[in-house]
Amino acid sequence: MRQHISKRFDQELEDIRNKVLTMGGLVERQVSEAIRSIIEFDLEAAEAVVENDVKVNTLEVSIDEECTHILARRQPAATDLRLVIAVIKTITDLERIGDEAKRIARQRIDMDGQSVKQKQFTEFEHLGQHVLEMLREALDAFARLDVKLSLAVAQEDKKVDREYESILRQQMTYAMESPRMVPVSLDVIWAARALERIGDRCRNICEYVIYQVKGKDIRHISLDRVEKDLAP
Amino acid sequence: MAKPMETPMTHAIDVSLFDSRGESEPPETLKTCLEVRDLNLYYGDKKALASISLDIPQKKVTAFIGPSGCGKSTLLRCFNRMNDLIDNVSIEGSILLGETDIYEGRLNVADLRRRVGMVFQKPNPFPKTVYENVAYGLRIQGIKNREILDEVVERSLKSAALWDEVKDRLHDNALGLSGGQQQRLVIARAIAIEPEVILLDEPASALDPISTLKIEELIYELKSDYTIVIVTHNMQQAARVSDFTAFLYMGELIEFGPTERLFTNPGKKQTEDYITGRYG
Repeated sequence: MRQHISKRFDQELEDIRNKVLTMGGLVERQVSEAIRSIIEFDLEAAEAVVENDVKVNTLEVSIDEECTHILARRQPAATDLRLVIAVIKTITDLERIGDEAKRIARQRIDMDGQSVKQKQFTEFEHLGQHVLEMLREALDAFARLDVKLSLAVAQEDKKVDREYESILRQQMTYAMESPRMVPVSLDVIWAARALERIGDRCRNICEYVIYQVKGKDIRHISLDRVEKDLAP
Repeated sequence: MAKPMETPMTHAIDVSLFDSRGESEPPETLKTCLEVRDLNLYYGDKKALASISLDIPQKKVTAFIGPSGCGKSTLLRCFNRMNDLIDNVSIEGSILLGETDIYEGRLNVADLRRRVGMVFQKPNPFPKTVYENVAYGLRIQGIKNREILDEVVERSLKSAALWDEVKDRLHDNALGLSGGQQQRLVIARAIAIEPEVILLDEPASALDPISTLKIEELIYELKSDYTIVIVTHNMQQAARVSDFTAFLYMGELIEFGPTERLFTNPGKKQTEDYITGRYG
């Protein structure tokens, strides 16, 4: 893409893009720490995640403000406009992903003092890794404006939904086996639910990437149709 | 006891209403007002417009944008043959205004200009009273009836959103009005003779922001009765006032389409570069 006549405008747009990636990095760490706090049963890690959520929120507010300034001062059009709109939406989803990480950490804090069996977390760990991978790739797709990767990540969301369902069934089995496991099973279900929501939000982020690059709003359209539409 | 429902609650919902992506919507039927076909224009040897073809829809606002010297004003001036006044201009191709070929030899240019009015960048009221400025077009058509003149002057000034500001000074010299008022007066003068098309060449570029907004508001009001074609350097203005935008570059029509699409997702890279300020 050619540079703007106004170099400062270029800089401002670059700046919000970079800040989104910074925010993305922070959110990614929050999610990964939240997952680890459950698998490794690390209470301190969980407390740190809860505490750090405020940083994510602050970044969201500050990027939002910068976007408003750009809209007011530059009246961006075409790709520039789509970039700013995509950023505004992306950071909302990132902030919510941050909230989900906090929720997971809270579930870990909840479990403290309960009787826990490690096997209760095996499936959760797998789902956690899957969702983390989705988040990483969604941020990559944003950074590289990669439509193909965006579509691939969006496709993953279905698998995540299925994995979540299987966790649900499994935890119910554990709960039926032993009533003592019910409280932790419920916590795991809530935490897995949060992971599943993160998957949804990663898909949203990828949809904004496609909007940014192609100018097409693909929300609420089946992915098969989207792929057909976007095919060259 | 509640009455039983007479009709079951199974309304068929027209899904297309909710699909804002413009794919399933039937295209709005647009009538063409000006039909430009393969228009070439030369200033001497220099080609200023190169095979331009486009249909300007009726009772819509169409904006021409593009860098200086791209031919947008030249194209606008073709629509009422203002270019005839310039030496060594030669024109090929055709422009149809309804059924009339504008460049047909026998055409009466004065008639054409009655049908296609024009407003320029700098307000150019005659050094006469406000009233006489607006009545001028009718007077040269030979209309002398005071009642008709009064009525047309009032109606035109009202349409041009100027009436309230000048109704007590109709017989003052028009040159005493502010720039923005003068520009609206010139628009009132143009619409007094009820043209089909109003051409606006940078109508607000010499005005302050408030007067500019008034002109833009006026353009919106006028499009229910007139076809409006506007040339503007101010891209945000084009985005605000027009329904369709044409982007010209070095005498060529690069892209022409609905304004919303052109400003959010243009089809051509040159358009993208220009409207995002990457031109140069």
